[in-house]
Amino acid sequence: MNIFVCVKQVPDTETKITPNGDGSFIETASIKWIMNPYDEFAVEQALLVKQANPAANVTVVRVGSVKDTEALRTAMAMGADEAVLVEAVDNLDSYSIAKALKGAIEKTGKKPDIILTGKQAIDDDALQVPQILAEMLNLPSVSVIVGFELAGNTVKVKREVEGGALEVYEVATPVLLAANKGLNTPRYASLPGIMKAKKKPMAQFSLADVGVSDADRRVKYSGFKLPPEKPAGKKFDATDATKQKDVVAQVVGLLRTEAKVI
Amino acid sequence: MDFALSSEQLEIRELALKFAKNEMIPHAQEYDEAGTFPHEIFRKAWELGLINTCIPAEYGGTGFSSVDSVIISEALAYGCMGMNTSFMANDLALLPIVIGGSHEQKKKFLEPFTQDFKIASFCLTEPGNGSDAGGIKTQIKDGGDHWIVSGEKMWITNAGYADLFVVYGTIDPNLKHKGISAIVVDPKSPGIELGKKEDKMGHRSSDTRGVRFNNVKVPKENMLGKPGEGWAIAMKTLDHSRPLVASSALGGSARALELCIQYSKERIQFGVPIAKHQAIQFMIAEMGMKVEAARLLVHKAAWLCDQGAHNTEIASYAKAFASDSCMQITTDAVQIYGGYGYSKEYPVEKLMRDAKLIQIYEGTSQIQRLVMARELLK
Ligand SMILES: Cc1cc2nc3c(=O)[nH]c(=O)nc-3n(C[C@H](O)[C@H](O)[C@H](O)COP(=O)(O)OP(=O)(O)OC[C@H]3O[C@@H](n4cnc5c(N)ncnc54)[C@H](O)[C@@H]3O)c2cc1C
Ligand SMILES: Cc1cc2nc3c(=O)[nH]c(=O)nc-3n(C[C@H](O)[C@H](O)[C@H](O)COP(=O)(O)OP(=O)(O)OC[C@H]3O[C@@H](n4cnc5c(N)ncnc54)[C@H](O)[C@@H]3O)c2cc1C
Repeated sequence: MNIFVCVKQVPDTETKITPNGDGSFIETASIKWIMNPYDEFAVEQALLVKQANPAANVTVVRVGSVKDTEALRTAMAMGADEAVLVEAVDNLDSYSIAKALKGAIEKTGKKPDIILTGKQAIDDDALQVPQILAEMLNLPSVSVIVGFELAGNTVKVKREVEGGALEVYEVATPVLLAANKGLNTPRYASLPGIMKAKKKPMAQFSLADVGVSDADRRVKYSGFKLPPEKPAGKKFDATDATKQKDVVAQVVGLLRTEAKVI
Repeated sequence: MDFALSSEQLEIRELALKFAKNEMIPHAQEYDEAGTFPHEIFRKAWELGLINTCIPAEYGGTGFSSVDSVIISEALAYGCMGMNTSFMANDLALLPIVIGGSHEQKKKFLEPFTQDFKIASFCLTEPGNGSDAGGIKTQIKDGGDHWIVSGEKMWITNAGYADLFVVYGTIDPNLKHKGISAIVVDPKSPGIELGKKEDKMGHRSSDTRGVRFNNVKVPKENMLGKPGEGWAIAMKTLDHSRPLVASSALGGSARALELCIQYSKERIQFGVPIAKHQAIQFMIAEMGMKVEAARLLVHKAAWLCDQGAHNTEIASYAKAFASDSCMQITTDAVQIYGGYGYSKEYPVEKLMRDAKLIQIYEGTSQIQRLVMARELLK
């Protein structure tokens, strides 16, 4: 059984994000990178399947810069067997990423039985890659899954919907599933795991190798800047009872004309 | 010269810090208050390879260097100095075996610690002999085909949960240091009596007890080295363990510094965050300086140990400086938090209580100065 897990490397949640010098992207030099937290659930699920089916092979795939390979190394230290890295700029759009992931999976020559991803990446929050990738590979997909049971060639998954209700799906493999928090508890990479990960294979491709070019871009960024700082709040003095009526009228007026909330 | 950690050491630190933040900090206050032994957290840390870092790879250990182990210990102490005392006691107990044990003894006593989660205690201190460890009175007598251990130990970390004791005693008190011997004892042996758990000021989640040995029979092959070699083994053990204990103080200091940076930017007095007051800035600057200096000393002491070089003097600098500055830093942390710092609702009062012990065990700050002076004036 071949299991693929797509992982993205994102800035640590504690990172202070600032635009870079020319405003073409965010400043990445001082960022501490981590595996996208939702992808950790995907990796864990793959490893749970592998535990139950020792013959299963878990390959982690990532598209992004090669300078720091934290996410892939963490996944292998957790127990994934091998990794594939497609070198790309960190601000690729969802369509190009999905196409690159498809190309990378095909490059391995292994036919996927289960592809796992996180439901979204916490950097751009686009929530598109799993669905686009499934379309490109012509696979059924279920996103936001919080339950997973594999029996033969069928996966029974639970997905959370509005109001806390659960939908239950039975899907035949090959299938793409996108994990939500609550699916499982991701394990830590152990110290022996960290040592072993260094010896695990990591294949590397360029975007061209996996058939992606600039023409695939569907989204072009015009610039990055911080939101304007909020101006200081206005204070109204209503201590003088005789003037309260005027003050109220003034506040209501400003809520209409300036804040435009009523 | 290179001050940088290797990429592997950075990953190790990352894992240990993640463990400290997710598994230790959320429970530290509660376990301290109730004096709960952190059994499951200890086990989880062991599963990840964060415990028993002194066991060589040949015996199934991770084969970490001394520098690796102080990096791990700093991170775990950042999570909780008290829990880390329990964790670290395993290394303190196993080190004499690593240093003074034969190949057979290492196989027999160390390997089980790599295969299963096990706890160990280092039994040196006695009610009447703390700093003056050379004066210990516990007797190890030759009983023909076994040894007989009798005497009383005090302040033994992990004693209530231990699967293995390393006990220091003397084959003849008149021989002074030359009579001291180290022996591995099964805590389940008949004749061993455990005292009650001490109700301590800090490190309250760690288990500390007196242990009485009433003519306890111990197999002949459990003696580490020859009878009378115990003192030499103990001294070498200290060269390894003092950087480790120092790193624990360092972890507590680093936590206090981080908390103070955060709190002083949030707390507003006189219309500005207190971090804008120079009096606060100076305390924080002092903390940063001491954390960095302590870390350099700890890493150097551990690095010398890895080189097989003489590190006694530097290890004592590291132990005394890291623990004394941890006391100062955590006291200032309470000061920076003001009235809130004095309350158990906030984490800094615990840090201050925990810091105190590190100036006492594994050689008090005064004893470290004796060692330094002896080294400098010899
Ligand atoms: C919580 C806790 C856990 C411990 N865990 C262990 C353990 O696992 N195993 C173990 O064997 N021991 C353990 N110890 C014991 C610890 O190592 C001793 O407490 C320490 O060595 C000090 O000995 P003492 O308490 O007898 O103090 P004393 O030796 O009585 O010292 C009292 C004071 O006198 C000072 N002093 C003593 N001699 C001199 C001198 N020559 N010059 C100047 N000043 C001096 C000391 O610095 C100290 O300030 C633990 C202790 C505690 C509190
Ligand atoms: C156990 C206890 C009992 C108490 N009992 C009473 C009581 O009965 N009645 C009562 O009214 N109060 C009481 N207090 C409150 C006590 O007086 C305050 O805690 C104290 O005044 C400090 O205020 P704070 O805690 O808000 O600290 P903060 O004022 O927030 O101070 C935090 C830190 O910033 C420093 N700082 C603040 N401003 C400056 C500045 N301009 N320049 C330099 N440094 C500055 C402080 O020195 C401190 O280190 C009690 C407090 C405690 C803990």
